[in-house]
Amino acid sequence: MIRSHNEDSVAFDAPSGLVVLADGMGGYNAGEVASGIAVSVLSTEIRHHLQSVLPEEKDAFSGEDAGVVLLRDNVQKANSSIFHAAKSQPQYSGMGTTIVAGLFYDNRVAVAHVGDSRMYRLRGETFETITRDHSLLQEQIDGGIISKEDARTSKNKNLVTRAVGIDAEVEPEVHVHEVQVGDIYLLCSDGLNDMVVDEEIGATLQMLRANLPLAATELIQLANDNGGRDNVSVILVKVNGSFSAPHGWMAQLLNWFKN
Amino acid sequence: MPAKLILSMDGEVLKEYVLNKERTLIGRKPHNDIVIDNLAISSEHAAIITILNDSFLEDLESTNGLMVNGVVTKKHFLQNNDLIEIGKYKIKYLNDQPVQATSADFEKTMVLSRPVKTAPGGGPGVGDVTGKFVSTTTATVKPSAEHVAAPAQAAPQPAAQAQQAAAVQILNGPNAGKELELVKSLTTLGKPGVQVAVLARRPHGFFITHVEGEKFPLVNGESIGEQPHQLNDHDIVELAGVKMEFYFKA
Repeated sequence: MIRSHNEDSVAFDAPSGLVVLADGMGGYNAGEVASGIAVSVLSTEIRHHLQSVLPEEKDAFSGEDAGVVLLRDNVQKANSSIFHAAKSQPQYSGMGTTIVAGLFYDNRVAVAHVGDSRMYRLRGETFETITRDHSLLQEQIDGGIISKEDARTSKNKNLVTRAVGIDAEVEPEVHVHEVQVGDIYLLCSDGLNDMVVDEEIGATLQMLRANLPLAATELIQLANDNGGRDNVSVILVKVNGSFSAPHGWMAQLLNWFKN
Repeated sequence: MPAKLILSMDGEVLKEYVLNKERTLIGRKPHNDIVIDNLAISSEHAAIITILNDSFLEDLESTNGLMVNGVVTKKHFLQNNDLIEIGKYKIKYLNDQPVQATSADFEKTMVLSRPVKTAPGGGPGVGDVTGKFVSTTTATVKPSAEHVAAPAQAAPQPAAQAQQAAAVQILNGPNAGKELELVKSLTTLGKPGVQVAVLARRPHGFFITHVEGEKFPLVNGESIGEQPHQLNDHDIVELAGVKMEFYFKA
């Protein structure tokens, strides 16, 4: 079964080291409008700004990496665009989107996210999430109300506690991680991790790390075989070589998504 | 539909309760939501905390305790058809909302809106004590006018169950005779860096796909190319110089 709309949007730009994935929500086609706005604002704005600023430079005000500031500012910019579009067009009222974005620079990756779209990292044998969902379930897990194992059978999935475009302001969570050669990064919408347990996602990436397009296809097939009904989007990023500041970006980008 | 509790004793239904409160108290004293007037029951014996569609049972330090499905429990995440036993009384928990939806809009991601809280610094924003969090939360379920397009294929099968077991047996080389059962959803074959293929176990059969290497795997002597290739009983697979037979297990 396939949803008539694909509410997910994805973008990647290897030269600037940027990957963006968003999972929209809202009636009619509002979900895909929201995720579409978010992805296009982030990718065009960040690409544009990168022509005049280096992501590893320190921001004059906050002392943070410029890349971090770029991600945060533009998630907020996307938030205002969606919020105002929703205000002015009744059919888009209440639309919003999750987002996860990564900016790779200087052997680092800055990761911004809002909602329950995730970034995972496979490093050697270790596969783990490097984002923490902004969701009711995650808050319950953190609060000790429900165990991680029990959470799989919860009936409260898909309830996010933060989203882009719902309120006048949003605070994205942004962290910077060191990157190692050989790392594989997976960005995905909840259509994948609701249907396939983390261990299986990790095992699939391990087995197929030599062929990322196939890994992406297999992940989506796994989600569908397990009864996936939601849109499933994945972006895989493999770090092929060191990309310390002067050498530029050398990672390989791949993305796959289905309707 | 909210979850329900059915109170019974000796096989006789006494009363039904709808779990429409955040906290439902069970006990002997009259202020409880579910009053069981029996000396084996503590004045406030247990509570059921309901958060949207999930309910949690908690023993409130009762004298005689409680059991869920025959096991003594202090705290329990209730699942449909769980049987709670308090003294001679039995309480059945019914929540027939599917875990994974059968309806289209259940899968939809929704936002729990709450008073805008923009914590500067952007910490994980999960600092709220969940109990408190719930009371200040209003769940806004966005109206869904989405329709699900049902393509030609049949309704989604819940999972890769009801599937025949299969294995490959190596026919030549040092490992000749060795059998590898295909129990996982994916099994890789071959030598990394030389030639690797993956066998995927899917609801409608087993598929072999090329992963890496200059040459594609051969099935019954023919190259399969880059696309997944469905395997039939007794197909001969050849990769990295190793021949193996694929077969279904009885």
